[in-house]
Amino acid sequence: MAGISARGLDKVYPGGVHAVDHLDLDIDDGEFFALLGPSGCGKTTLLRTIAGLEQATGGKVMIGGRDVTQVSPARRDVAMVFQDYALFPHMTVIDNISYPLRIKRQSRSSRHARATEIGVQLGLAELMERRPGALSGGQQQRVALARAVACHPSLFLFDEPLSNLDARLRLEARTFLKRLQRELGVTTVFVTHDQAEALALADRIAVMEAGRIRQLGTPREVFGRPANTFVANFIGSTPMNLLDGQVRGETVAVAGGVLPIPAEAAGQVAEGEKVTVGVRPEYVRLSMTGDGLAGEVSILEHLGTTTLVTVDCDGELVGATVPEEDEPEPGASVRLAPVPGRLLLYRAEGGELIGA
Amino acid sequence: MTVSDDDDARRAAWRMAARIGFYALTCLIAVFFALPLLWLVTAPFDASPTYAVDVPDPTLQNFAEINANPYAWGSMLNSILLSLGTALFVVVGAALAAYALSRVRMPGRDALLYVLLLLSSVVTGTAAMVPLFLLVSEIGDTVHPALGIDSSFAVMLVMAGGLLPAGIFMLKDFVDTVPRSYEESARVFGASPLRILKDIVAPLIAPGLATIAVWTVVNVWGNFLVPFILLRDPEKQPAAVLMRTLYTESGQPNLALLSTFSLLYSLPVIAMYLYVSRKYGFRFHGGIKS
Repeated sequence: MAGISARGLDKVYPGGVHAVDHLDLDIDDGEFFALLGPSGCGKTTLLRTIAGLEQATGGKVMIGGRDVTQVSPARRDVAMVFQDYALFPHMTVIDNISYPLRIKRQSRSSRHARATEIGVQLGLAELMERRPGALSGGQQQRVALARAVACHPSLFLFDEPLSNLDARLRLEARTFLKRLQRELGVTTVFVTHDQAEALALADRIAVMEAGRIRQLGTPREVFGRPANTFVANFIGSTPMNLLDGQVRGETVAVAGGVLPIPAEAAGQVAEGEKVTVGVRPEYVRLSMTGDGLAGEVSILEHLGTTTLVTVDCDGELVGATVPEEDEPEPGASVRLAPVPGRLLLYRAEGGELIGA
Repeated sequence: MTVSDDDDARRAAWRMAARIGFYALTCLIAVFFALPLLWLVTAPFDASPTYAVDVPDPTLQNFAEINANPYAWGSMLNSILLSLGTALFVVVGAALAAYALSRVRMPGRDALLYVLLLLSSVVTGTAAMVPLFLLVSEIGDTVHPALGIDSSFAVMLVMAGGLLPAGIFMLKDFVDTVPRSYEESARVFGASPLRILKDIVAPLIAPGLATIAVWTVVNVWGNFLVPFILLRDPEKQPAAVLMRTLYTESGQPNLALLSTFSLLYSLPVIAMYLYVSRKYGFRFHGGIKS
């Protein structure tokens, strides 16, 4: 069991690409931690640097209080699950699972006993003599997990563990993964570009962009209070409404109407300052009358139990989700009001959160 | 009969004639290549073969005579030892080198490979005959006789040296197709590079290893020049060199013995081809289904 610390960690590739940019990070013992970001943001490089597969060009990595920056991957006591699972195609499932033990020179009988035990735990009992090529994607993933569990590491590193599974299987595997991590209690870092996956699994999430962490927090914080417009944009299955506005006294003029300035932000903005107003479609109330922004319904998108309504408010498109039974007619005039306390105000310049 | 009917018929006749001509030509070419092989199969069973392919007057006398030759079977054994020994050097050497070249980034890697490939065709060729002889005899005198003239070991090394670059070149293609994540995964579990090569890469490139092993055996089997120069002792000479002695007293090739020995000489290679091709199938480009 071990936590991880990174101090001033840098990784510059020979081509000059700054994949990890002077990064500080602390991951607690036993935590399920997600590195989330768009492709090319450096999340996989950071994971590989923790594993030791990439050599940091600056800074320090510590695992369980031990400085491992110069230590080979073998001596870091980590287990990694790769995106393609990296199961050895010429070995059976049982040989795959027991391979880490074979390297540790355990006897054939003891490593097979251990592999069988783990295989049974992970529901692979029937498949132990098969080759990876004869397994489904979900089964391959479980074999890869079993192999990682077999070497009894103090740290699990998962590189996009669910991205090779189809949508339905992914949900099952997600639940499975979370339960497994809870049972084993091993510190786990996983990389994903899927915000829903990160929100569902992680205890804490680091949202990364261009080698830096843009926000670090619990799923609730990251979802409800994005620290900047980048995170606001990235998190959430329906994109957050980000509207250009201008401060007018106690209100902010936006999309042909005015909205009250959130209490937290009051006093931190100057009259006439340009700001960005952010509010999630889930936190917008749509009504036929009342106050809020006035607009005309232009597009309806069905999301199952809810419908995403796109409303044209004086040229700006604002999204709101409504329950399926409250669906308005296209072309109807409606009012949009944010749920109190859910309106976020960002600086137009730099996109940092002013307050909510 | 209209004019156009007449035209059609003429065109069809032409097409037929062209087709017959084409087949006749290909048959002629096929016969041209088949004749020597046919000769090789029939002549050994003929008491007095000529250069012509003939229905043999069946006899096994020639085989008995070869059997009586004091060096015949020994030379066959020497051929087998030399080719297997060289194949071992080439397979092990090429696997190590191809793995390193495929995984380690270094400037000018491709240029190095091409230069090696170019040089290798010179090293074992006729042009290198004299320098090779001098080099080997010098090393034998100064370092150890096992590396000098009349040493099978030296012959293996020289021939492996000539074949290695092309072998590395071929094998690198195979290694390139092994996903890196396999090795990284094993590395995280604590496997050393040599261990990874042995446990993971080698089994996955087995068809490639088989290919270059067979290719080496065939090359060494048919090589006359190198063992001819470097081996003096007839006890150590391989079959390709022994064949040179199957002449009559008057200096004419003894066709009966020559053809018989040639037939025996070709059988092991054919057997090996059949075996390996059944076991691995031949592929000159790697490709691993994951």
